[in-house]
Amino acid sequence: MKIVVCVKHVPDATADRGFDQDGATDRDSVDSVLSELDEYAVEQALRIAESGVEAEVTYLTVGPAPARAALLKALAMGGDRGVHVVDDRLRGTDAPGTAAVLAAAAKHVGFDLLLCGMASTDGAMGVVPAMVAEHLGVPAATYLSEVEVGLGSVTGVRDGDTATLRVQAALPAVVSVTDRAGEARYPSFKGIVAAKKKPLLSLGLDELAVEPDRVGGVGARSTVDSATPRPPRAAGEIVSDSGEGGVQLAEFLATRKFI
Amino acid sequence: MGEVLVLVDHVDGAVRKPTLELLTLARRIGQPSAVLVGCGAGGDTDANAAIETLGRHGAVKVYLVDSPELDDYLVAPAVDALARIAGEVGPAAILTPSTLDAREIAARVAVRLGSGLITDAVDLRPGPDGPVIEQSVFAGTYVIKAHVNGGIPVITVKPNAAPVELAETVPAVEKVEVAPPPVATAVRILSRTARERTGRPELADAEIVVSGGRGVNGAENFAVIERVADALGGAVGASRAAVDAGWYPHSHQVGQTGTQVSPQLYVAAGISGAIQHRAGMQTSKTIVAVNTDPEAAIFELVDYGVVGDLFAVLPQLSDEIEKRR
Repeated sequence: MKIVVCVKHVPDATADRGFDQDGATDRDSVDSVLSELDEYAVEQALRIAESGVEAEVTYLTVGPAPARAALLKALAMGGDRGVHVVDDRLRGTDAPGTAAVLAAAAKHVGFDLLLCGMASTDGAMGVVPAMVAEHLGVPAATYLSEVEVGLGSVTGVRDGDTATLRVQAALPAVVSVTDRAGEARYPSFKGIVAAKKKPLLSLGLDELAVEPDRVGGVGARSTVDSATPRPPRAAGEIVSDSGEGGVQLAEFLATRKFI
Repeated sequence: MGEVLVLVDHVDGAVRKPTLELLTLARRIGQPSAVLVGCGAGGDTDANAAIETLGRHGAVKVYLVDSPELDDYLVAPAVDALARIAGEVGPAAILTPSTLDAREIAARVAVRLGSGLITDAVDLRPGPDGPVIEQSVFAGTYVIKAHVNGGIPVITVKPNAAPVELAETVPAVEKVEVAPPPVATAVRILSRTARERTGRPELADAEIVVSGGRGVNGAENFAVIERVADALGGAVGASRAAVDAGWYPHSHQVGQTGTQVSPQLYVAAGISGAIQHRAGMQTSKTIVAVNTDPEAAIFELVDYGVVGDLFAVLPQLSDEIEKRR
């Protein structure tokens, strides 16, 4: 079974993130990491590979040169190889463009199961897995908290907005998993060392036959007109409870007309 | 003004509040046509109540999409219908709610139409090049203004982005047929377990949210949080720590990987205010907190904070609220 896991290298969510002049995410001023939500997808891939199914696990990322680190982090957890789509013309690519590139790369590599995190922690749109599936003409079983692979199909539990569903799709399929899908393992030191020896393939737009005018700032179909830092909140009043804390809080809520 | 397609989010025919907010936004840029999937015609649910509600809030037209097997498939039939309608009418924009399903429908429709997609709009206004969308990103630290510059704008909208407004109309109703999706692209729904309704407002839409965290220290103790929520008419939220400990259901988790809320009032009790949680509530209009730790990060966000034991402060607060009624 060929499992491909999409991973993203994102600015650390605990740092001060920002934007470049052209409206693209600033990926230089802040350290980047493997997106935390992608770790759950990596974990599910490894669990499937360890469950007795004969599987090959490939990690796929689209990003500038430093994004390679996301592949290495995933490989340190386990898995067989990495594929890095890197091309200067990709800078400023929007979600639909990214999905088109991922789809082309996944097709190039070949897969039975394409696993993704539920959303990136930078763009946080949560739309790329479904878009990739749309490009590839395969099902997308998204937001799964449990994943089970059977003969030619994948079944899972999906925590929807108003109900919990059991869903099933024929392979090949895209699956996205939530942070309730099973705690991601820490890479061992041995794993970190082994990762560096695993094959890493770099691909550009030309090898994938993706038209440059579909991607990058040039191909983006939405435009950021302005990105303004929100002014920090004015410091609020903090009191110590000396027996009347609840009453004081009620008085505050009354001044704001909540009661 | 042109037609604006609005994807309706409903539970068994009851239209959910964020959809009505979408109608308000749609009216700023055109004439709203609601797309109602899975209710009426071939299905079990009566569409009439939904059509009436949509008309009362400004929908000039309702596209009624239904077929007997619709309920067995995740998302695909709605995508087919919405893409087809959009292809035929060429709307000024397509607006959808931010639910998991709606987001996915919007994503696939955008690909099918070759459109730009903007998600999590918190405001929408007419602009010279099409609707201008406002977003709050990077845990609420940046405000973005953006617009779609390719294809029919597809926009997903967060709850509380606009007021619900009455605009009484009797909508024209048009039935739309869809076929079940081919096996190769379909996700079949094998079973469905409805979420228990609490009788409280839905977390994502609520104007007031009262949340408990690690400081609540136990499932039974959440009653203290619930009492405040009920006194204020709000929804109950829980931090990731509380949910992971099994004290409250995941459906009530507020945070980066739970529900992201932006209510008028957010009350955080026994919550330290880690980044993961803040990302879920940072843009709330008024924030208050109760915590025994004066150094808790949550106090950096508050308009009012009480350093104290929530088991003393919250019951007293509940008493005061009830007294003032």
